[in-house]
Amino acid sequence: MDLVLIQLLNGVQYGLLIFLAASGLTLVFGIMGVINLSHGSFYMLGAYGALTLTQFTGDIFLSLALGVPLAFLFGVIIEWLFIRHLYDRDHLQQVLLTFALILIFNEAQKLLWGSYPHSVPVPGYLQGGVKISALLTYPYYRIAVAAFCVAIALAMMFVIQKTRIGRIIRAGESNREMVEALGIDSRLLFRFVFAAGAALAATAGIVASPLESVYPGIGEPVLIISFVVVVIGGIGSIKGAFVGALLIGVADALGKVYFPAFSSSIVYALMAAVLIARPGGLFGRAA
Amino acid sequence: MHNKSRFTRRHALKMAGVGAAAAAFPFARPAISQGAPLRVGLLLPYSGTFAALGTAITNAMDLYVKQQGGKLAGRTIEWVKVDDESAPPKATELTSKLVQGEKVDVLIGTVHSGVAMAMAKIAREAGIPTLIPNAGANVLTRAQCAKNIFRTSFGNSQPGVAAGAAMIKAGIKTAVTYSWGYAAGEESVAGFKESFLAGGGKIIKELTLPFPNVEFQAGLAEIASLKPEAVYSFFAGGGALKYMQDYAAAGLKNSVQLWGPGFLTDGVEKAAGAAGEGVKTALHYVESLDNAENKKFRADYNAAFQRFPDVYAVQGWDTTMLLDIGLKAAGGDVKKQDDMFKAMRNAKFNSPRGPFRLSASQNPIHNFYLRELKGGENVYLGVAATDVSDPTAGWSGGESPRLPLVEV
Repeated sequence: MDLVLIQLLNGVQYGLLIFLAASGLTLVFGIMGVINLSHGSFYMLGAYGALTLTQFTGDIFLSLALGVPLAFLFGVIIEWLFIRHLYDRDHLQQVLLTFALILIFNEAQKLLWGSYPHSVPVPGYLQGGVKISALLTYPYYRIAVAAFCVAIALAMMFVIQKTRIGRIIRAGESNREMVEALGIDSRLLFRFVFAAGAALAATAGIVASPLESVYPGIGEPVLIISFVVVVIGGIGSIKGAFVGALLIGVADALGKVYFPAFSSSIVYALMAAVLIARPGGLFGRAA
Repeated sequence: MHNKSRFTRRHALKMAGVGAAAAAFPFARPAISQGAPLRVGLLLPYSGTFAALGTAITNAMDLYVKQQGGKLAGRTIEWVKVDDESAPPKATELTSKLVQGEKVDVLIGTVHSGVAMAMAKIAREAGIPTLIPNAGANVLTRAQCAKNIFRTSFGNSQPGVAAGAAMIKAGIKTAVTYSWGYAAGEESVAGFKESFLAGGGKIIKELTLPFPNVEFQAGLAEIASLKPEAVYSFFAGGGALKYMQDYAAAGLKNSVQLWGPGFLTDGVEKAAGAAGEGVKTALHYVESLDNAENKKFRADYNAAFQRFPDVYAVQGWDTTMLLDIGLKAAGGDVKKQDDMFKAMRNAKFNSPRGPFRLSASQNPIHNFYLRELKGGENVYLGVAATDVSDPTAGWSGGESPRLPLVEV
């Protein structure tokens, strides 16, 4: 296979993974208006949770089935304990509290799992891969992760476009007061959305754990790139997060090969270009 | 207030040195200063991809001091720990916090070369006794060496030079380099190039990845299309673990040998599993070194931390050993810098890594070993190079390395 095609494949796969993390952030940011800096921590907890769960279950997908409900529950608790006090406060206080959560989660991670890197095994039936060039194999697990991300994206779009909860979420995003005036309990809605966001980040962390090695601070780069995706895609837009994440993934993969000197800044250049052309993001409302 | 009392004590010390006047300052006799805890600032990463390295260094230093009854040269050791997060932009502020804010007596740091550069700048100006337990930036003990800065780890080029020579010896003719694009990675590759090119090897391409990025897929695809005989890579910690896994998953392991400095495998031997099998590295330490110091150190460290030490722990151990030598020569008084630095500079001791001494610019002169990762362990294959001093041939600056100002 051609190097360009291989890089496109890499970029799409990376982008799909970023989408999982960024979709939760865009929901929380768009619907609740909360800047959640601790989003990356849920990714980290997902990865470390996968490490521990997989030691018991032996299979990353069993860990996923167990881990996602746990992450949702954890999201509910965190929302109830901390986040619900932030809705009527300004962004600075949100940043302060969610940053504090990062520090607490990082410290908790160190106490529970220590600071050495760990790896999570790829299940036996997904060992190996497809040969795509003379020397290069594309691992089955990466293909499985990409397919899983696409499935999640389709499911999310279905829920948001076709179901009652999706309608409430969309309505909540465009006009919170009106939704409340129609008798919908926004507190419950927010709790659900925050927990769903946490669960999505954790899902990303879990499926990524056999690809990444699991180490302290694993969530921070994810947080930053997720914000870039949210800004590019338009705040609150799942479709935007999907397109934005793919754009970032492909730009990053191609950039590394063709503009290695600028590879770390290329995604930010892309973000700047989008903001100049469409200040509200690709699928956001005009700012 | 703080500054004022500080001045008083220093002033008093000077008077005490003169002699009789000491009695006039009963609140600040040298005896009190000797008995006071020695505050040692630790600027190390306790979070991020290098967290395990910072922890290993700290553990070993702690172990050394505990074995000495919590005291070095009669002074109780008090650690003042700061997490530098391996983030160069924060380095200046955090170092100042330790040196000016906490007023530590000795500064020890750090792992990341970029952070160490910023730290060393402040350390040079402040003149504070400083020991570098890991960061290998060449310039720290080349053009920018200073009499108060000692490195107990290695210069970045050293493992690269040893690995390049070993690769030539193994009959490898073509290579691609793939490394993090910051000082440590670039200098490691420069060292490798120096000996690999000198031995008649050919470097097809030099690939880099921004630190601490761990999306290796793009580079691996390119390596596969370039088809070299071997790859020389500098990555470390969590990034190195992921790299070996991605390298194996991409199917490259069976067709292109993976080589690197020992940091590629150290600390992640077990976690790497099958992905790490056969990765060859050169380093100034290997677990199975057959010397008494190493055996004792490994047993003691394992007893204390339920984990066997890695090279970072060894460097932490040697850092404390060197500090101990300096403090003893100065009678526990870090103000007696001439005595302290002279003893440290001329120190020769048997480290768990083998014979250890310092060059004129206070960088270690030590042996490098060739290792292969097998069954979760770095297996000793032989000595790659003996008494490796920092190679000045690869040195690229305009002025010649300045010798430290201390008299030997």
